[in-house]
Amino acid sequence: MSILIRKDTPFIVQGITGREAVNLTRENLDYGAKIIGGVTPGRAGRDIYGVPVFDCVRDVVEKVGQPEGSVISVPPKFTVDAMIEALENDIKLIVVVTENIPRGEVAQAVELANLRGARIIGPNCLGIISPDEAKMGGVGGPAANTRQAYTKGPIGIMSRSGGMTTEIASTLTAAGMGQSTCVSIGGDAIVGTSYAELMPLFEADPETKAIAIYSEPGGRMEAELAEWVKEHNSRLPIVAFMAGRFMDEMKGMRFGHAGTIVEGKEDTTAEKIDRMEAAGISVAERIEEIPALLKKRLEEKGN
Amino acid sequence: MRFYEYESKALFAKHSLPMGERAVVKTKEEARAAAEKIGGPVVVKSQVLSGGRMKAGAVQFADTPDEAAEKFEHVLPIVVNGEKARSILIESKSKLVQEYFVSVTWDGRRKLPVLLFSDMGGIDIEEVAESHPEHLSRTHFSTFLPLTPRLAKEAVGKTGVTGNDLNRLTPIVFELAKLFLEYDLTLAEINPIGKLENGRFIVLDGHVDMEAEARGKHAGLLKELGIGDDETRQARPPTPFELEGARLNAVDHRGVAGNVVEFDGDLGLIIGAGGGSLTLFDAVRNHGGKPANYCEIGGNPSVGKVCNLTKLILSKPGVQKIAVMMNVVSNTRVDMVARGVIKGCIEAGKDPGEVITIFRIPGSWEEEGFKILAKHGVEFCDRSVSMYEAAGRAVAKLKAS
Amino acid sequence: MAGMFIDVQVDDAVAQDRDLSKKLVDVCAVDIFAQSEDGALQIVDKNLDECVLCDLCIQAAPDGKVRVIKLYES
Ligand code: SF4
Repeated sequence: MSILIRKDTPFIVQGITGREAVNLTRENLDYGAKIIGGVTPGRAGRDIYGVPVFDCVRDVVEKVGQPEGSVISVPPKFTVDAMIEALENDIKLIVVVTENIPRGEVAQAVELANLRGARIIGPNCLGIISPDEAKMGGVGGPAANTRQAYTKGPIGIMSRSGGMTTEIASTLTAAGMGQSTCVSIGGDAIVGTSYAELMPLFEADPETKAIAIYSEPGGRMEAELAEWVKEHNSRLPIVAFMAGRFMDEMKGMRFGHAGTIVEGKEDTTAEKIDRMEAAGISVAERIEEIPALLKKRLEEKGN
Repeated sequence: MRFYEYESKALFAKHSLPMGERAVVKTKEEARAAAEKIGGPVVVKSQVLSGGRMKAGAVQFADTPDEAAEKFEHVLPIVVNGEKARSILIESKSKLVQEYFVSVTWDGRRKLPVLLFSDMGGIDIEEVAESHPEHLSRTHFSTFLPLTPRLAKEAVGKTGVTGNDLNRLTPIVFELAKLFLEYDLTLAEINPIGKLENGRFIVLDGHVDMEAEARGKHAGLLKELGIGDDETRQARPPTPFELEGARLNAVDHRGVAGNVVEFDGDLGLIIGAGGGSLTLFDAVRNHGGKPANYCEIGGNPSVGKVCNLTKLILSKPGVQKIAVMMNVVSNTRVDMVARGVIKGCIEAGKDPGEVITIFRIPGSWEEEGFKILAKHGVEFCDRSVSMYEAAGRAVAKLKAS
Repeated sequence: MAGMFIDVQVDDAVAQDRDLSKKLVDVCAVDIFAQSEDGALQIVDKNLDECVLCDLCIQAAPDGKVRVIKLYES
């Protein structure tokens, strides 16, 4: 089992003829993904590695069938439109790769997604991977690289950083710990799905036994996760790695992702670490400590 | 991206929010003339981006034009949190009977804009939230349902404001919520809104932050307000080194080799990507290293871009050596980065094997990259060496030299 | 002149062939090939090190007529 995607999840790529999209289409196909169509307005009739291209999502639905998911990789100006197009065509899982989208536009799409009972992952993310099943998005890169870093197993990963998703997976794999599903949730101040919002899915997934997360300064996502864990008495031990500790002294400067800025005390790593530890989340100082901490927490649980 | 008070007010004025007469001045003579024209008592306010100007004494009052000129000279040189005044705002001083607070911002958890209103303005709002929570209302609103004044009415009314005050405050508060969405702001705040003796309300101080991503979309407004493209409006103004980094990153569209932030250490860093850079910067400092810069590479930058970034960092006075490190890469190619940094070293007249303390970028095209590094005598490592360990090696090597 | 890491060599017969030259200009994503006004092929030296080793130019020409050389392997 896994969360969000399985081997046969049919999905499409919006903006499929773009440079990055062509790449990720090939990488996902090589990894075994079921991409049933692509969309680029004006390019209907072409194909990308055998995937038929259409002018709009509606045409895919009519001519090929109903996709469950969509990966959106279109320029920032067109992203909100692409998200709405996917939602209005009844697509329930939308991975937005594009970065530099103003948060007002993200919020609009998220509001609509809530109305439509759909989920948005990202923007500014690398997508989702359930090792040995499928991946949706650029996470892990070429299939061979992806297989080197990701292996199947009991750990779920959630990360605000796409690159660090792979770094953590690779470290776990080297320590003999595979992953159930890894989600790059995106680095913006407003993202479609937060850590706490993914927790119920991991909680319900029998394969997942523990969670590793990458976190950084800015935003309230860690606080929200800490609250969720406490309120729901989660069965899953969580180990968090906290990056950007130097930023605590650098108020008002933006580093890394768009959402990474220390404005108030709640944005600091010190405060986030306190909150998470108070909720029973172990915080690693270095990536390489994650496997041992996870093992320890799993043993404590009798796993 | 923060606006100065005078820019915020120019935006408010475009939307007919009520404000006192005011002028932006740069000289003593202008200050006197402005006070003369406004007539009556004025406020003399330093225009800085950081908070705390009141405490720093950079806001003063004057009853006459001569006094305004005097206060101008007093306020102008005051440095607030390391920031010099860009200009001085002279504004008519009004007599108030009460102050209110209104602010619109994003709630990242609910993923909605939230309107905060309080009838206890002028003081620290966190304090109000703690000691008088019933005087602070929080009202979330939709980003796509029609925005109508009832939102403002409810927000104001929730704090107990009623009668004429409610009806006069509502349009001001409503206008601010509209501005927030219309211009992709991340903060729109008026603190305080003042109630005058005649029962009318005016805006006394305002803060506006625009989302950096939306700058292109609102280029017209920014031009109108006189905000240049090179103004990053971070907590401190960019250094020439940082501006050069931004320029180099903009020369071609392939990938990113930018977000350069200057520090005063001796170890140059070529690091990436977003999360990886934060992790590596911490690691270098943890090992007692002193970074000369922060930066981010990612998105598979061209060899030329990485080469230019390398040269820029090597040209910084005090930089002895560099470390090239990233998390396991997926779309950035190890061999392209290797080519770029080596080329940069050689073009800067240095031996790559000497200046590069460590190259730790595992991932796509690593076999090819490692061949290049070996050929040029650069020490490299694969994913079996953690980011933390690699940073330690870099610091140790610099110390040993 | 070769780049620091990559050299691309083209047989004269290919360089004189306008259609083939045009094809090379088209396939290379990093502009290593260009055509002069009379259609003859030129190698853009300053772009050589940007070569992404995609082999598209090699595949576009008859066997062995276009060679992409990794200078760091010699
Ligand atoms: S291998 Fe690819 S990038 Fe290199 S010269 Fe040939 S076409 Fe251009």
